[in-house]
Amino acid sequence: MIDGFSNTTLSISNLKVAVGPHSVVDGVDIDIRKGEIVALVGESGSGKSLTALSAMGLLSGRVGQSGGEIKLNGQTINPQDEVEMGRLRGTRLSMIFQEPVASLNPLLSVGEQVAESLVVHGRATKAQAMERAVQMLADVGIPEPEKRAKQFAWELSGGMCQRVMIASALIAEPDLLIADEPTTALDVTVQAQILDLMRRLRDKTGTSILIITHDMGVVASIADRVCVMYGGRVVEQAEVHQLFKAPKHPYTKLLLTTIPKLTDAPKQDLYSIKGMVPDIADFPEGCRFRTRCPLADKQCVKTPPLQPRKTFDDGLVACWHSELTETLQ
Amino acid sequence: MRGDMDATDAPLLQVKNLKVHFPSGSKGLFSEQQLVKAVDGVSFMVHAGETLAIVGESGCGKSTTGNAILGLAPVTEGQVTFRGQDIARLSPDERSRMWRNLQVVFQDPVAALNPKLTIGNSIAEPLAINGVPRAKQLERIVELLDLVGLNPSQKDRFPNELSGGQRQRVVIARALALEPDVIICDEPVSALDVSIQSQILNLLMKLQRELGLAYLFISHDLSVVRHIADRVIVMYLGHIIEQGPAEVLFSNPRHPYTEALLSAIPLPDPVAERSKKRVLLEGDLPSPLNPPKGCPFVTRCPIREERCAEAKPQLVQDENNREVACFLR
Ligand SMILES: Nc1ncnc2c1ncn2[C@@H]1O[C@H](COP(=O)(O)OP(=O)(O)OP(=O)(O)O)[C@@H](O)[C@H]1O
Ligand SMILES: Nc1ncnc2c1ncn2[C@@H]1O[C@H](COP(=O)(O)OP(=O)(O)OP(=O)(O)O)[C@@H](O)[C@H]1O
Ligand code: SF4
Ligand code: SF4
Ligand SMILES: [Mg+2]
Ligand SMILES: [Mg+2]
Repeated sequence: MIDGFSNTTLSISNLKVAVGPHSVVDGVDIDIRKGEIVALVGESGSGKSLTALSAMGLLSGRVGQSGGEIKLNGQTINPQDEVEMGRLRGTRLSMIFQEPVASLNPLLSVGEQVAESLVVHGRATKAQAMERAVQMLADVGIPEPEKRAKQFAWELSGGMCQRVMIASALIAEPDLLIADEPTTALDVTVQAQILDLMRRLRDKTGTSILIITHDMGVVASIADRVCVMYGGRVVEQAEVHQLFKAPKHPYTKLLLTTIPKLTDAPKQDLYSIKGMVPDIADFPEGCRFRTRCPLADKQCVKTPPLQPRKTFDDGLVACWHSELTETLQ
Repeated sequence: MRGDMDATDAPLLQVKNLKVHFPSGSKGLFSEQQLVKAVDGVSFMVHAGETLAIVGESGCGKSTTGNAILGLAPVTEGQVTFRGQDIARLSPDERSRMWRNLQVVFQDPVAALNPKLTIGNSIAEPLAINGVPRAKQLERIVELLDLVGLNPSQKDRFPNELSGGQRQRVVIARALALEPDVIICDEPVSALDVSIQSQILNLLMKLQRELGLAYLFISHDLSVVRHIADRVIVMYLGHIIEQGPAEVLFSNPRHPYTEALLSAIPLPDPVAERSKKRVLLEGDLPSPLNPPKGCPFVTRCPIREERCAEAKPQLVQDENNREVACFLR
């Protein structure tokens, strides 16, 4: 794609992540343009978090990047370089996690927490940073920010903690925010507030956002573009309206069919995808969806490449028979 | 279900003015031991063959209600009757008979199964406890596995050899072993992949049709609840704030919280999602340690008046068999 130009904030190409002998992320390509919100969706274990952690240089233990290239604003970064990554995190890259309470430091006040990245990177004095932190808390919609800044994480509700996380991730005005299931632990009413907040921040600061979620409603609400992963690979990628209107990969299509909708007739059987995601060790050769795919045939023992979706958008799909997907019910 | 049942039909399960108050962990320096009023005066009935759902935000007391019925949370005040008998006054014999008729399926199928038992033996456990002879047990295991859509040849497998969806089927099979009348399902599909959720929901609906089971279905997923519930209870901060037939609540919510909740469900359709009208709530959840004196919803209610902070609105029934607790609705 338009790699190398400064309007691509993050470009991940052919990323591979291995756990022991298994490729749990197997050649993933994702581009995120400036000011764009990209949603990464897929089944549990499909490699969404590992993809995000790779870009942040946060893989550890038995898990390691075994291939591929990651560029930030057109420049190759080395996720294994602790010093470089330490500098980028908290300045140009930020991440928020699913469990807000667990990822906040219990020993720091909320204000210190939010101010931390400015202080650590020497971008402001402690007093200036605290002042910015209070402003940031107000920006994310926390009432009485001066008072809240003096409190500790365990004194706040889950929704409030998640806003504190977002405030600390955004205070340095990063180029890219990665949000891994940022609303999964929250209620729909609070979730709606957080999604609104992320949208407003993008509009105001032009920050690019990669949001990981398994909720197609959240995707429909906030994403500009969507990457669908299955078995460690991107199987489809498209502009959000195009993806929902004309899913081209059988998995995407069936996933959209299977979720209960407010317009369905109640009590009717829901469509379900047969079988289950195989273990990493048991993925079939070729297309990894073929053990569950109603369109699978001989050709699918070879891995389908990501190709243009043949629609008017610039989306991509990895399926030998994507022209038949619309016939699936 | 409920609609064509006349009012004299005795309920299977009846909860009257249930209160569950927990002592909070820390005692304030200058105050009395504080109480978390997790459930604070809740009444409802479950009839044979129906699905009654409890929805509401995290911490509103859904699980505690279910746990109190099961004897897993202390009842501070109020009464639970099963087939007309107060469960607090049952003799040990009557109690074990009740357990046969009242079963539970929790969210986490991993925690619910003993990892050292084969799934066949897990399912046989309640049978053995109730003195069913071994040969009959084996017969029943095969029957049950078949009923929940597992291959009877899998009975010698251990839980770690099954996927999440398969494990939840085992948990359901075990709950069915003694032919209960009611199953309390606490977030039965929340831990499962989207593509597996519909399989389990279809299974629950099929078992209800075939065996006439009643479900008390606890969930925060409103799309799922709309799909399978006959009646719905909306809880907020330990109170029921609205309850009634599912189609009435979903098509025409009356309590401002129910309205906000339903309008916040993210729709899996970008066009509908981005054009819908939403009731945005401001303010944060009040702490259950320090609930408002008047209406529990007063801190976030968009239409509150002065009197709402002073007095607590009671549930009032309307012509649609729906009850709402709000001064203005
Ligand atoms: N630290 C680890 N050690 C071993 N295997 C791991 C580790 N972290 C992840 N995996 C495996 O790698 C695969 C991809 O994991 P990943 O966390 O990226 O999935 P995910 O798409 O984020 O799933 P979820 O929706 O459940 O969060 C999974 O099979 C997982 O079990
Ligand atoms: N054993 C306990 N001791 C003290 N407080 C408790 C206990 N169990 C629950 N609570 C508190 O009671 C309230 C209700 O909790 P409950 O688990 O019933 O909520 P819930 O509606 O099921 O929420 P969720 O959707 O998060 O499961 C919460 O404030 C919770 O912290
Ligand atoms: S490549 Fe074959 S198996 Fe894979 S999704 Fe397409 S049709 Fe199905
Ligand atoms: S009683 Fe008052 S505060 Fe409570 S929901 Fe009704 S209007 Fe709102
Ligand atoms: Mg993950
Ligand atoms: Mg619960």
